[in-house]
Amino acid sequence: MLDQPRGTDILTAVSWLLRETLMPLLSANAAFQARVAANAIDLVAREISFGETVEREALARLQALLGRDGALEDLEAELSGRIRRGELDLQSPGLADHLWQTTLDKMKIDQPTYASYRRTLEARAGQQQPQKED
Amino acid sequence: MDDAFSLDLETVTARIVPGARGIANLWRLSAGATLQTWSFDAVAGDTVLHPLILRRSPGGLRSAESLSLEAEAELIRVLDGSGVPVPTVVHTLIPADGLGDGFLMTRIEGETIARKVLRDARFAAIRPHLAAQFGTIRGTMTRVDTARLPPLPFKPAEVILARLASRYDNLGVARPVFDLALRWLEQNAPAPLAQYRLVHGDYRNGNIIFGSEGVRAVLDWEVAHIGDPAEDLAWISTPPWRFGELDRPVGGLGSRQQLFDAYEAASGERVDPARVHYWEVLGSLRWGVSCASMLEWFTSGRDQTVERAMIARRVSENELDLMRILTGAD
Repeated sequence: MLDQPRGTDILTAVSWLLRETLMPLLSANAAFQARVAANAIDLVAREISFGETVEREALARLQALLGRDGALEDLEAELSGRIRRGELDLQSPGLADHLWQTTLDKMKIDQPTYASYRRTLEARAGQQQPQKED
Repeated sequence: MDDAFSLDLETVTARIVPGARGIANLWRLSAGATLQTWSFDAVAGDTVLHPLILRRSPGGLRSAESLSLEAEAELIRVLDGSGVPVPTVVHTLIPADGLGDGFLMTRIEGETIARKVLRDARFAAIRPHLAAQFGTIRGTMTRVDTARLPPLPFKPAEVILARLASRYDNLGVARPVFDLALRWLEQNAPAPLAQYRLVHGDYRNGNIIFGSEGVRAVLDWEVAHIGDPAEDLAWISTPPWRFGELDRPVGGLGSRQQLFDAYEAASGERVDPARVHYWEVLGSLRWGVSCASMLEWFTSGRDQTVERAMIARRVSENELDLMRILTGAD
């Protein structure tokens, strides 16, 4: 029942306002602050778009990995403890996949232009597709 | 700024710089609550006699991790002339100066913004040589006789790791990737060294002044300690200082081979790459824990700026970097 445009669309418009309309008019320091604000708005928009899905998927992975139900925060704390005590490591079935997926999902929201995120995605895409012969 | 401060600074300056009649261009460089850095000129009329930097702590308080400013000044004095490029300390504050703890040093002009050194045309010719310069300077530090230094804390890997683990535990937010790194660090501790050396402790592009001819000075010795030189070699090679230049791991500027070769030539000691790798994992985790601690700054109201919030959300970058390092992808 909420009307269009939705929150993420409005945030995109605010980000545009900051970057394209205001930043050119501002002093160097104020322009820097405006860019930080625009980056923050873009992050919030991505969180609204993807946040619920990635947390739901992380919860399902954790429940499978630890073999019990529970809240996301509690299961993450248990996983942390078991890794720290050496009960689970990168050779444990499902653990590396879970940590990679969780980390990449966070990066999709927090910092999708980060160079090593882009490179990790490229490397994973390369592994999933048959190599082309050049 | 208050007038009493600038008057006190003028009085000190007139005493220590021959011929100085006053100060000009007083400008605060850093906004830290416990540590202030000021830039100014000692002048006689319109003539600049001596460009200066004041580092001071008005209340004499510093974080538990840092050296006192007096010890930092003494360390820089000892290094001056050793071949390690540092600014010249001209005066260590005394109580009668009325300015708190701190010291005055000669201001060295140059660039400290790492991104400009990586991108600007005026550094294009020197950029390919900087990774080697970092190695040479670190190697020169290794040759400094530690008996000549003021008392510095002894921080081998196990001391730094234990401190880091407790900082992480105190944050109270579980981060499985950090636990993976901590476990690895606990299981792969390097063997003790026969001889420990001076370690800068925050050896990275942002603490170096660059000119178009190369490194002019290494700054910010406040977390210097006696420890493993591999710590500095690794810290300048950790992902946060690459600024997107992934294939130039040393500060986004060059290769580990360039860094290590120059270090070996200057120090006369061999680099153990596995040891440096260990410190890269430890350094990445250290930066990650620092970013993670920004959450508390934001939620407690200590700093509620957007910038602080965004730094707190950069923890995931460190988690990604740690996953890459721990799985051999970096």
